Amino acid sequence: MSSLEVRNLVKEFKVRNGMRSSVLRAVNDVSFTLEPGRTIALVGESGSGKSTVAKMISQLETPTSGEILLDGAPVGRRGRGLEGYRHQVQMVFQDPFASLNPYHTVAHHLERPLRIHGVASGDRLAPAVHELLERVNLVPADVYAAKRPHEMSGGQRQRVAIARALAPGARFLVADEPVSMLDVSIRLGVLNLLARLQREEQLGVLYITHDLATARHFSDEILVMYRGDIVERGPSDDVILNPQHEYTRTLLAAAPEPSRHGRLREEVRAELAAS
Amino acid sequence: MTATTTTGPLSSSTHDAHVAGLEPVLTARHVSIEYEVDPPVLAVEDVSLTLHRGEILGLAGESGCGKTTLAYGLNRLLKPPAILRSGEVTFHDANGTDIDVVGLTGDSLRAFRWDRVSMVFQGAMNSLNPVISVRKQLGDVLTTHRPQMGKQERAARSAELLELVGVDPSRLDSFAHELSGGMRQRVMIAMAMALNPQVMIMDEPTTALDVVVQRGILREIMRLRERFNFAVVFITHDLPLLLEISDRIAVMRAGQIVELDTSESIYARAQHPYTRQLLASFPSLTGDRGSFVRTGVSQDVAEEEAP
Repeated sequence: MSSLEVRNLVKEFKVRNGMRSSVLRAVNDVSFTLEPGRTIALVGESGSGKSTVAKMISQLETPTSGEILLDGAPVGRRGRGLEGYRHQVQMVFQDPFASLNPYHTVAHHLERPLRIHGVASGDRLAPAVHELLERVNLVPADVYAAKRPHEMSGGQRQRVAIARALAPGARFLVADEPVSMLDVSIRLGVLNLLARLQREEQLGVLYITHDLATARHFSDEILVMYRGDIVERGPSDDVILNPQHEYTRTLLAAAPEPSRHGRLREEVRAELAAS
Repeated sequence: MTATTTTGPLSSSTHDAHVAGLEPVLTARHVSIEYEVDPPVLAVEDVSLTLHRGEILGLAGESGCGKTTLAYGLNRLLKPPAILRSGEVTFHDANGTDIDVVGLTGDSLRAFRWDRVSMVFQGAMNSLNPVISVRKQLGDVLTTHRPQMGKQERAARSAELLELVGVDPSRLDSFAHELSGGMRQRVMIAMAMALNPQVMIMDEPTTALDVVVQRGILREIMRLRERFNFAVVFITHDLPLLLEISDRIAVMRAGQIVELDTSESIYARAQHPYTRQLLASFPSLTGDRGSFVRTGVSQDVAEEEAP
């Protein structure tokens, strides 16, 4: 059974404070298994450690302890093992304005991973780029292939970033706040694309976000992180509709909900009247 | 707004009834703002808007729709190549006099800005000066606009302002990098409140903050509004948030206000297709799973606009 598993992941950072130094445990004993065709949402406020988990999975940070297993085997630190891991596990970053090189065309951004990971070369490159663009719905592909980042909207850029992540043949995507920089009207389009890839191509997606509503609608399972710990986990609907942990309730109460319009005003008025 | 040549924003009879008894504090009539580039870009097109005393008016729309440009126009903050092509902006002072905002120059403009209408800027996380303390930055506002204030009075007022926004006055000697994002935002709000303005324009004041901190700050803004009765123009693309806090919402698209109504009406009976599209862009937290969910529809790029 193919899977991406993290087991008892811990990350500590040294914090210098003047002459003293202390240890900050950013991630404390996090374990979960990502399977093909499933989406896990990792939610929490800033500083809860969710991005540190993403960085460890994408090998941008080394865990202090704990393991990352791909298909049951530990991931190599360097060489072949690490290379193989990178074919399979790729990242989509938050800011599509910063993660694409403004000097290069879309084709360049996609050809590089195809070549580096040995997926295609020479005459096969152009058709492979086309296929990738079609998979992320940037059609007609030859028009988009020739564009540079500034000629595209944020949503289109993020689609290029997703295509780039798919280029090495990735089976698992780590998407760290992939839509938070985008305008609301195009967020759903990008999320729907991820959902389609997940379903039709059996992609495993780790969706990192602080937006509980999209976490609920676009994932099978939700993990709630607070100060490095996973404080609650379960099927999305259970976590959102029937939260057990106090912190999950705080998060839920803080999320805007259109149907509660005017409620905040009433609450504030009642508080002021009482004091 | 009856004299508009183009069709005005959609709104309901509920809205007309809602505003009937209210006292205006800022009125914009037929405001058009252009960026003098080649070719010229008309960023705000014939916008008429009335802000009432003590109300929260939400200004919704996506990036590039002209909402920040309009706010800058109301506050006379436009910089070339942006230019106010036509229209008038009138401020109705609490003392009964009307101020023609567009006609202000030099000292009178300086006396008007921040004193009557202040602003919390977009990216307020990075709007504080990194090399001077909070005390100096708050003091700066007071020395400029209240020169008669003594040093001790200034210090007392600065401490009072921080307390108002829920920041410990011991933070007066802190620098921006020593404060969390939420605290920096609170200091920015304190600064905007320093002169007891009658209108505060807030441009995406909570967008960079996470939900829990965001909620705390919104609550603070609502509380201060109840106490000091200033009017707020709240600019954001986050429509669910606006629905929760605003009295009225103006939906802006491509430089024009396409719909203007009470929050209740926008939520329950949005008339403009674009407003409905915006409303449909947010999955409900606890409601039913909408049809858009995981459909993977092939038209998922169709609605995206060119940059």
